[in-house]
Amino acid sequence: MIAAGLVQASAPDVAEVRSDAPSNPSVADSILYLDGVTVTFDGFRALNNLSLVVGRGELRTIIGPNGAGKTTMMDVITGKTKPDSGEVLFGSDIDLTQLDETAIANLGIGRKFQKPTVFEKLTASENLELAIKGKRSVWRTLFTALRSDQRDRITEVLDLIGLAARRKEVAGSLSHGQKQWLEIGMLLIQDQQILLLDEPVAGMTDRETRQTTDLILGLAGSRTLVVVEHDMEFVRNLGARVTVLHEGAAIAEGSVDHVQNHPRVIEVYLGR
Amino acid sequence: MPPSFSSILGTRGWAVFLGIGVFLIIGVPILNLLPQDWPIHLPGYLVPLLGKYACYAILALSLDLVWGYAGILSLGHGVFFALGGYCMGMYLMRQIGTRGVYGNPLLPDFMVFLNWKELPWYWYGFDHFAFAAIMALVVPGLLALVFGWLAFRSRVTGVYFSIITQALTYALMLAFFRNDMGFGGNNGMTDFKTILGFEVQAPSTRLGLYAASVIALGASFLLCRFVVVSRFGRVLLAIRDGESRVRFLGYSVTSAKLLAFTLSAGLAGLAGALYVPQIGIINPSEFSPANSIDVAIWVAVGGRGTLWGAMLGAALVSWLKTFFTGAAPEFWLFILGGLFILVTLAMPTGLAGLAHRLRWLRSRPSPAAAE
Repeated sequence: MIAAGLVQASAPDVAEVRSDAPSNPSVADSILYLDGVTVTFDGFRALNNLSLVVGRGELRTIIGPNGAGKTTMMDVITGKTKPDSGEVLFGSDIDLTQLDETAIANLGIGRKFQKPTVFEKLTASENLELAIKGKRSVWRTLFTALRSDQRDRITEVLDLIGLAARRKEVAGSLSHGQKQWLEIGMLLIQDQQILLLDEPVAGMTDRETRQTTDLILGLAGSRTLVVVEHDMEFVRNLGARVTVLHEGAAIAEGSVDHVQNHPRVIEVYLGR
Repeated sequence: MPPSFSSILGTRGWAVFLGIGVFLIIGVPILNLLPQDWPIHLPGYLVPLLGKYACYAILALSLDLVWGYAGILSLGHGVFFALGGYCMGMYLMRQIGTRGVYGNPLLPDFMVFLNWKELPWYWYGFDHFAFAAIMALVVPGLLALVFGWLAFRSRVTGVYFSIITQALTYALMLAFFRNDMGFGGNNGMTDFKTILGFEVQAPSTRLGLYAASVIALGASFLLCRFVVVSRFGRVLLAIRDGESRVRFLGYSVTSAKLLAFTLSAGLAGLAGALYVPQIGIINPSEFSPANSIDVAIWVAVGGRGTLWGAMLGAALVSWLKTFFTGAAPEFWLFILGGLFILVTLAMPTGLAGLAHRLRWLRSRPSPAAAE
């Protein structure tokens, strides 16, 4: 499916590809800087000397065949996996390889997983309450209750993600697409600077996918978004700079048209 | 704004809570004080038995807090219970004083027997009730804090955690069996005389201890409710259902688990401290690994993650044990094992889950009415 999408000539109705996508930003104005990152699992190189620079406020899409290392890359950025070698910087000077998941989340890096991971036994609004921006001290959670402005914010986000009517329902009863939205809502209410979205439209209907596209485009600029996706139509509609991963390394970067016509990319997708 | 009365329990919840509380604290003693030939007279031997069940119920609550809510299956909660019991036992031993067999005003009998000349430093202070009572909470809490910190920091979870808690209770059992530990070896501590000046064997003292246990149970239940309805309670549930996701939300899973585990150990210690004066003995068999597994069975039978289910399960299974070990002792372990298998296979949510489902079935309109 991806291969077909990639080699297909541009359909006339696709959104205009931004020709002004920023060229490789330097460390100085980057918010996320990966250089020479290698991760090995039992001899298998999940990431192989990966370098990636994402600018502040940039919207970046990452594509690549299965096993290309997309999820491992997110694991490295969020502290779940420690790289064997390489540099991972947040801003220009915070070394993410030295921090654990909790500390990285509190720096302002949020993540939506490939499989929607909301807390199924909690209601939609309780899920958002847990994610709401604020002090995370465990002792404090024993004694705090929601302030009225936080309550309003939850309602606002519930409206935005279309779950206002189902706020009191446990998240486990939501549809797949709604869980995806709830998880995105949790990132929004957490007010993170960087949102890492792993396949945000997987399992969504066409309409939900369009709404998600609008949501993401609306956020671009005020936040940094890194979107991993298989759905080429969706990637095209985002119209952002694309990085192609293959066997744990970036093999091409540029506009959708640029990477689609890149010989190495065509070879990778068609060669298998 | 901290959680209010109405968030801890609903109106009906408070009514049931207070109703049962009044019956247990006022009704039971009255039934006990009625003339013996009345049919509703409560025999004296049942009072410490009910007091014992109340202590077990506190222990079950403490396990439910960590297992039912945070998903931490501790198979070593007997450790915290026994440590609380030993703290109280040390106080009761010091109260014996010159009334012991050897009449030594300072040293408990077993120390005289071992030819010890002075009181070990860790026995200091235990002649004061308040000190012993505080230690009964602090010692188990401190052990839980250190043990939990080592385990949770290294992300030991699930069955691995359960196994090391079993190892912990086994190791402490072996340690407490040793005479040179200074806790009475395999005989433990017994022959208590007085608690706060009252004869431990006197019926009125037994009633008092029973009432104290019931009050402690009620307070423990409210404390656990306070915890589980707070945002912290939701963090615990979130950890149970998706531990790594909680980290990505910016919560420290280690700290949350530590707080719950330490609090839980303190409650278990409280239960042990109330248990020992009613039973009249504390010895290393309280550390036996099977004891801790019993607690998990109580909670599983009653229903995890409901609190009231844990209390009910503790009382019910303990009552069954009292009954069957009297009526058919050789079958008790088979019955217990069968009960555990039945609950695990047929009703994984326990009695509380069953009650919940029955209520749901009743509230559902019948198919005929829907058409």
